Amino acid sequence: MTGRMVNISKRWGFHGVEALKNASPLYKLTMGMFALLALAGVSVGLHGMITGYHHVYGVTREISWGVLISAYIFCVVTSTGLCIVSSIGHVFGGEAFMPIAKRAVFMSIVFMFGGFCIIFFDIENPFRMAIWNVISPNFVSNMWWMGTLYGMYLVFMIVEYYFLLEQNHSLSRLMGFFGLVVGIAAHSNLGAVFGMLHGRPFWYGPYLPIYFIFSAAMSGGCAILFFTTLGWKINPEIMNQRMERAIKAITQVTIFLISVIIFFTIWKIITGMVSEGKHLVIMSFLTGDYAINFWVFEIFLGMVLPLYLLIRSRGNNFNLIMWATGLMMIGIFFMRYDIVIPGQMESVYHSLGVEEAKNMLTYTPSFHEIMASLFGIGFIGLAYFAGEKMLNGHQLEKHEIVPEGGYICPGCGAIHFMEEGESEEDAMKRHHRIW
Amino acid sequence: MKFPKINFDNMKNEGTSSVTPQERRKFLKLGLAVAGVYAGGKILSLTSIVGTAHASGGSSIVKKYPYNPHYSMVIRQSLCIDCEKCVESCNKTNHVPEYGYRTRILTKKYSGTLDKQVEFIPVLCNHCNDAPCVRACPTRATFKDPITGIVRMESKKCIGCKTCILACPYDARYFSAERRAVDKCDFCWEERLSKGETQTGCSSACPTGARTFGNLTDPENIVYKLVHQLEEQVWVLRPADDTKPNIFYMKGNMRSVDNILNGQKFKYFDPDKV
Ligand code: SF4
Ligand code: SF4
Repeated sequence: MTGRMVNISKRWGFHGVEALKNASPLYKLTMGMFALLALAGVSVGLHGMITGYHHVYGVTREISWGVLISAYIFCVVTSTGLCIVSSIGHVFGGEAFMPIAKRAVFMSIVFMFGGFCIIFFDIENPFRMAIWNVISPNFVSNMWWMGTLYGMYLVFMIVEYYFLLEQNHSLSRLMGFFGLVVGIAAHSNLGAVFGMLHGRPFWYGPYLPIYFIFSAAMSGGCAILFFTTLGWKINPEIMNQRMERAIKAITQVTIFLISVIIFFTIWKIITGMVSEGKHLVIMSFLTGDYAINFWVFEIFLGMVLPLYLLIRSRGNNFNLIMWATGLMMIGIFFMRYDIVIPGQMESVYHSLGVEEAKNMLTYTPSFHEIMASLFGIGFIGLAYFAGEKMLNGHQLEKHEIVPEGGYICPGCGAIHFMEEGESEEDAMKRHHRIW
Repeated sequence: MKFPKINFDNMKNEGTSSVTPQERRKFLKLGLAVAGVYAGGKILSLTSIVGTAHASGGSSIVKKYPYNPHYSMVIRQSLCIDCEKCVESCNKTNHVPEYGYRTRILTKKYSGTLDKQVEFIPVLCNHCNDAPCVRACPTRATFKDPITGIVRMESKKCIGCKTCILACPYDARYFSAERRAVDKCDFCWEERLSKGETQTGCSSACPTGARTFGNLTDPENIVYKLVHQLEEQVWVLRPADDTKPNIFYMKGNMRSVDNILNGQKFKYFDPDKV
């Protein structure tokens, strides 16, 4: 017997459709609801596509990016964030972070697909994109780079995930590194899509590319905490010590990142108040139309409450962490919305003092837009719940599934396979290329 | 035409709202032939605009325009009476759907003024020399015509991401469901100019001469003359965005303008011209 000849499904911790069949009725119901949501979303989206978006969407000539773009950004921010947070462990060797890597990379891919689902219904000619992006590229366009870099990012993440499953540490690490570099490039570039529009003072400048990266890391921390603690809830098992340590470490990092974002937000507001171009928009955050979005969702749900709850949880009260990060996800969605819509609220002719541009422009998401966004969210929910069962909670170290010839590495906690005649220690050295 | 050697390009155009005729006259006495520098640090006159609009980063004033014919429009704001014949003509010429527009007339109201209480400001695509929309487009579906400088659309390449709509600081674009692409003013290139006509739909429909279309490289052309006179201020919209626009604005109600234009006097309210 050579040590590596094991059943793939066992090696990958793949429980298959069987696991879904054995799930509790409530679990199936939840999955069914997400499936229904995705189905409803895609049908309404397709209906909109056939009818013509300008009949059914709330976006206008002046506010041409609406809730779909906000939801897309929410998804890709979370995806990049998951990649960043997971890289601390399995790319840079932060041991405490290692156990979350598999779930994080899996969810990062899922969120990226979710984002693509959503933007599919925002781009008017998505099929042309595949052709003209390739044969007529504009290398100075941030939008072109966005498509290209996120495409590359997705490929790296998928390859990385494959090697993670394969327990190939060096290759998964390498791919993880490339994924991280491309992901950061893609994501800061997404900030630049907004930050390089001259005529939009609310967005213009280097602030957004930088903010997007930190904000992504925060979302990533939040998301992995949420999905891990939720996974612990829905797969009733005792959490092992390594996982507990990982959650504690990520809670600390997330607390730090929330503080960074609070700092960013404070300066955004203060500098915006004295800037002619931003003043009106900032005031609508503080006291105007967007005050509820800003104070209740962005500040309270997105930052203050999770900060307080996470500190109180001390990193080991999983229920509290789950609630804190779950609510925070909602807050983060509003953070994205509050970047996209208000940036377009002030007409470009406002400063000219003409009657037509006196008032702030308004936007209300239409039913079609909301449903098309929920298509992506439904897909993500469905993939998450399916993944938890089918991939066995993204863990390999549970003794019942350690395949023949494998053992749990005391260093990284993953499963290693011994070659013939090898001791566990030799195998570990070989896997980690230590000596 | 001779330009004095002054580094206008590095000066910032700060708009024209606060300048009195006295100040202008004072400045003119300094003997500067073409450009106007306001003592408070503002450049007002056309040359600074032409300079910043067309210099390619160099410090000297460019005497040559980058395109030939360099299509451009001068809007003589005071002549506009908001009859919207231009908009009508544009919609008809270019098959603009009813939910969209390529050009529109904005209304500006004043209070406390003695002469007039309202002014109309026609706006359209500025065919920017540094067009943000062209930079933003991922597939080069919108591009700057290398000969005429007109910012045009190649509809079949447009993926409909709408980035250009947001990139445009003049709200000149909208998504046309009929074309399945973004639509915008092309100075009537497709419907008129490429077929040999010399005027756009809007400029030929304008009964007052508020819209003047022509070639900025031709010293005999009315557009050239309007931009290169000194008596009246010429400005562009949103100069701070530095897009180097090709739509110039002036009040245009002074007699001197007509004197400068010599033979090309515009017939105000010429009943035959509708
Ligand atoms: S006005 Fe707008 S559409 Fe026209 S060239 Fe400039 S940026 Fe492009
Ligand atoms: S909407 Fe069309 S023209 Fe505008 S940037 Fe996108 S692809 Fe280019």
